[in-house]
Amino acid sequence: MGTFHRDKGDLHGITVVVETEGPELYVGRCDEVTDEGVILLDADVHREDGEGPDREEYLDRASRFGVWGKIRRLVVARDRVSSIRPLGDL
Amino acid sequence: MPYSPLLVKPMREELTSAGVEELRTAEDVERWMEARKGLSMLVINSVCGCAAGAARPGVRMALEDDEAPESVATVFAGQDVEATAEARSRFSDIPPSSPSIALFRDQELVYFVPRHRIETKDAEGVAVDLRQAFERFRAEPAAS
Repeated sequence: MGTFHRDKGDLHGITVVVETEGPELYVGRCDEVTDEGVILLDADVHREDGEGPDREEYLDRASRFGVWGKIRRLVVARDRVSSIRPLGDL
Repeated sequence: MPYSPLLVKPMREELTSAGVEELRTAEDVERWMEARKGLSMLVINSVCGCAAGAARPGVRMALEDDEAPESVATVFAGQDVEATAEARSRFSDIPPSSPSIALFRDQELVYFVPRHRIETKDAEGVAVDLRQAFERFRAEPAAS
C-alpha cells in the first residue's frame, strides 16, 4: 500500500531491509531511492560482528515485530547497496 | 501534533461503526485491559495511508468471521496520546508502530501485526492474516 506520495517511488513509506556488501544491514522506513542512495527514516542497523544476535536471528525478530528506529534519518550509499526489499515480504 | 478532530472523525468511525470500542484515555485502556477475557484484539489506528487502505477495512472484514474476538478495542496513535502510551506499555518490548494490531488471549499477548506487515498488503490480505490468527488461537490451548 505505502503512502500517497507517489513521486517518491513505490518504496516510499514502506519498511525495507537494505543489505550491503559489508557486515551491515539496515532496516527502516524508505523515504526515497535516489542517485545518492537509499534514504531511510527511523532506521536500525545490524552488524555481523560476533556480538548480539546473528543476521538470521535479527531478521527473524525484525520480521515478526519490527525494529526500534534508533536513527532518525540515514543514507545508505548507492554503491554499498546489494539489495533492498520490503520487510513485510520476509 | 494531533490532526484536526474533524479530519480523524471518519477514521475513528470506520472502526467504531463495526462495533470496535474506542479507548480515548489511559483509564479507558486500563479498564479494558483488565476486563477482557478469552480472545481480544486491540487496533492501534493511525492517519497513515496503509491504515486507510488496508488496516481499517481489513479489520472490518475480519470481524465478520465467526471466530472473531469477543472484545475488540482501538486507540488512535498521535491523537489519543496517553491512551496509546498506556496500550503500548502492555507490550513494551515490541517496537511501536502504527497502524498495528495486537491479539490477546486472557492477559497474554499471543499475536502481533506490526505496521510493516500491513503496509505491503491490501485489506483482504490483512483480513486473511487476522482470520488465521483467530482460528489458531481459538484452537491452541492456552499456556498454563
